[in-house]
Amino acid sequence: MKKEAAKSLRVFAIELAVYSVLVICYFFLVLNLLGNWLYRLEAQHRYTYAGVAILLIAGQAVVLDTVTTLLFRLLRGRWK
Amino acid sequence: MFFPISHAHINPIYLAVVGFVIGILGGFFGVGGSFIAGPALRLMGVDWNYAVGTDLAHIVGKSIVAAKQHRALGNVDLKLGFIMAFGTIAGAECGAQLIQALKRAGNVNIVVSYVAIVVYFGIAVFMLWESRKTLRSVRGRSQRGLVKGAKSKKDHSAFSPVTRNIQRLKIWPMITLPTSGIRISFWTILVVAFVGGVFSGFLGGGAGYIRMPSMVYVLGIPTHLAVGTDLFEIVISASYGTISHAIKGNVDILIALVMHTGAAIGAQIGAVATQYFAGPKIRLAFVPLPLIGAAIVIYTLLTGHKL
Repeated sequence: MKKEAAKSLRVFAIELAVYSVLVICYFFLVLNLLGNWLYRLEAQHRYTYAGVAILLIAGQAVVLDTVTTLLFRLLRGRWK
Repeated sequence: MFFPISHAHINPIYLAVVGFVIGILGGFFGVGGSFIAGPALRLMGVDWNYAVGTDLAHIVGKSIVAAKQHRALGNVDLKLGFIMAFGTIAGAECGAQLIQALKRAGNVNIVVSYVAIVVYFGIAVFMLWESRKTLRSVRGRSQRGLVKGAKSKKDHSAFSPVTRNIQRLKIWPMITLPTSGIRISFWTILVVAFVGGVFSGFLGGGAGYIRMPSMVYVLGIPTHLAVGTDLFEIVISASYGTISHAIKGNVDILIALVMHTGAAIGAQIGAVATQYFAGPKIRLAFVPLPLIGAAIVIYTLLTGHKL
């Protein structure tokens, strides 16, 4: 049981490390590419900005959920 | 890093870590974690109106992931969630209008800070009292052989007599919720949702810290279902709140996107963890969280906001 828990913890730590690298790359990309455009949109077209904001956060949720699920499956499969 | 929309300088790693922590809390307790996220943004010098709106946006993303997890575990009452969304949306709009009025008056930061402290303390004290009383009564019944062992997953609450009286209120139309196993007035559900919505629009987040206890103690929903249903309902109501606040100029979506990167993985861990704990223990573990939020708000008030 203890061995199993240690194994789960190790897999989880690796998942977290891989995920962190992916996320850091992702948010620097997003901040650089979208930053100025979103700033102008927020200042000039509030209604469009509101729609874009909700689409971005929902889209990111779906994409990141898929990424984390795939990552969990891939790493757990490899360590079994 | 500079976030031009809210004019704030914040380290993105700090935002991702805050997101990760509140992701775990959200998945486990069914709350958006705004009592941590709001004060954490204030700590970095973000104005309350941006903290409220941005937190709502980040919660939409996080709740989509957590609600999906809870749905897979059978912890969501869809019928209840859809009914509650109506009341929450109306309440959230009232809360957002209050924020606008305070913004125009120029005292949004001070008023929201004081309200947040009172609300966070009140919730912590009430949940501490209730969950300890419930755990003691369950232990007593277990010793007398009325409950099969202390590890029983059946949900108990010291507030049950009040809940039963509320469920007996026969105000038409009465709604049957087979998933939750109760029959209750439509208006009771709507009032609970509306009050939660006002707090959501005013203090930010999904106001799960108000709605989740209300669902358990007032409506009598089992804790595991309250957690999942609350998250599902938050997806709908927080989406509305985000749009409303974005139109009013209170959302920095860049901050929300960065925070959500951490929340996505944290929510998955939290949702799985609920399967290993009984209702009163989840509620007891919840107690320190609003207190941490209150402590951060007091700190920002005393020190002038920044670390």
